[in-house]
Amino acid sequence: MDNPLIHSLLVIVAITIAFLSIMLLVAATVLAERRVLGFIQGRLGPNRVGYGGVLQPFADFIKTMMKEDLVPDQSTKFVFLLAPTVAVITAIMAIIVYPFGPTINLPFIGPIALRIAQFDVALLYVLGVTSVGVYGIALAGWSSNNKYSLMGGLRSSAQLISYELALGLALIGVILMSGTLDIYEIVQQQSGAWGMHWNIIYQPIGFIVYLIAAIAETNRVPFDLPEAETELVAGFHTEYSSIKFLLFFNAEYINMITVSMLATSLFLGGWNGPGVATFPILGLFYFAGKILFFLFLYIWLRGTLPRFRFDQLMNFGWRFLMPLALINIFLTATVQAYAGDFLNLFR
Amino acid sequence: MSLMFILFGGLAIGCALAVVLQRNPLYSAISLIGVFISLSSLYLMLSAPFIAAVQIIVYAGAIMVLVVFVIMLLNVEAEERKRPRLTFLFPVAALLAFVLIGEVAFILYSVKPARTPGPADIGLTKSIGVGLFTTYLLPFEITSILLLMALVGAITLARRTEILSSVSRLMTGPYVPPPEREEPIIKAVEETS
Amino acid sequence: MMDGPQLSWYLVLSAILFTIGVVGVITKRNVIAMFMCIELMLNAVNLTFVAFSSFFRDVTGQLFVFIVMTVAAAEAAVGLGIIIAIFRNRESLDVDEASILKM
Repeated sequence: MDNPLIHSLLVIVAITIAFLSIMLLVAATVLAERRVLGFIQGRLGPNRVGYGGVLQPFADFIKTMMKEDLVPDQSTKFVFLLAPTVAVITAIMAIIVYPFGPTINLPFIGPIALRIAQFDVALLYVLGVTSVGVYGIALAGWSSNNKYSLMGGLRSSAQLISYELALGLALIGVILMSGTLDIYEIVQQQSGAWGMHWNIIYQPIGFIVYLIAAIAETNRVPFDLPEAETELVAGFHTEYSSIKFLLFFNAEYINMITVSMLATSLFLGGWNGPGVATFPILGLFYFAGKILFFLFLYIWLRGTLPRFRFDQLMNFGWRFLMPLALINIFLTATVQAYAGDFLNLFR
Repeated sequence: MSLMFILFGGLAIGCALAVVLQRNPLYSAISLIGVFISLSSLYLMLSAPFIAAVQIIVYAGAIMVLVVFVIMLLNVEAEERKRPRLTFLFPVAALLAFVLIGEVAFILYSVKPARTPGPADIGLTKSIGVGLFTTYLLPFEITSILLLMALVGAITLARRTEILSSVSRLMTGPYVPPPEREEPIIKAVEETS
Repeated sequence: MMDGPQLSWYLVLSAILFTIGVVGVITKRNVIAMFMCIELMLNAVNLTFVAFSSFFRDVTGQLFVFIVMTVAAAEAAVGLGIIIAIFRNRESLDVDEASILKM
């Protein structure tokens, strides 16, 4: 009687801690983006609210919450309310499969594993949740009753479904090498040997394809045509204000974080790093550090690159990225089939 | 476990009724996504995690996205009210359906012994992969050729009349009606019949 | 009822969903709504297959569901292409109006 109840309680505690830290990380990313973009563009970002601007995201939050919540006068109010909800729920659902660190030994409680859930089809779950996240944008564009929003929503959905194909195909290389869909196992297989087992060494093409597809999946520069302010009047979230806009905004940043978590778990070795075997708590800091590196990469790209046009974007996704991912699968499968035992000596 | 079955089964039936009873096709599509998600939960209860995940990816995440796209692009409107024709038979049909389901339930209860759902290792990815690549390799290869045929067919059907239209032209504008003819071909046929 | 849901429960649920799908196909006039009811019928059959696979400890049922899903995806692509082509020619999605082959 105790075991399922205590297990459920532990899972709820883990989910709460993970959710709160992701929310804080979103706030920090919002601030970091504005400051780092400022430095790239030769100016200081916001640094007046709090010490060095630390309270800026909270000030933004209070300001946006106080705005008037407009709902366009048309008959699909239910879908108008459903769309940001779907976007944020599917964004935050993806965080439960990632291992935040190895199993640590607390002095009074015993060993606890730093993860929320471990199941056999974790990677398929992540892909499924990403696929359902397309509805948030498509339904938002439709229910705004505004032809610019509809065009922005349809373009963004087309971009998302094109690049999620390349994203899935890029992950197949890692799955072929690891032999499992469970992210915990994949991270476990990358431990030891001074970082030479990290999948990025064996799957460089897969990593590049995954990174580009992930930037397109999260609607970030250079793929942010559907939601840029100078194009299509801010795209699918034109008609959203106040808290619904905040939900979309949050969904985008949480998507960035989950995609970075997937990249670090699959390619950069997750919580592995020097000294994790002796001090397991260091794994948490290595994981966080790698995620912060990816977030900095996102912000750096935003400050540096111009935007793709829509037909360039679709050409790039279908005619370059997907064949490259397929070539990666063929190469990986060939090497694994003929030289698999030889390769496994290194891993 | 029974409670979860009643919850997800009730949700599936409720969303299925909404699919049929809603007049706006977009609401039908959203209800159908609800059916798929509840069926995916039922598959999880039956120890089939791979099929549950593939159901979400393929049905809720790909097929329904296509349906929702088509509904939005073609700007499908809600159906108007049914024309009054034989609507008095609907309660009779519902009664007969209940009788049929009651008979089926009675037969199933009196014939099947009670069992529990299977162990968790028949639904794992590994066993599905083993089955798919050894015993059922031929259906797998035929399915891949079927998908190739569907790909070619879909592109051919949805293309406009020009031979060399590029990918971008499918998405750079809303639906544009075909150019006007002086005598529409279809109406000419109907007038002569 | 202490064993949890039995096989017959799953089969009855699948029969109910299938019946609702059949009623939808017969009743609806919008061709996209008819297509969605056909998908509902396919899913009811999938539930039957997975239930049998689980209660008889055989993975064959789930393999068949995999193939059915693939075929449904192919059918969705081609079917919606046909619907778009029909809409382009006659600008109406009402199946009652698609009757020019009648005498």
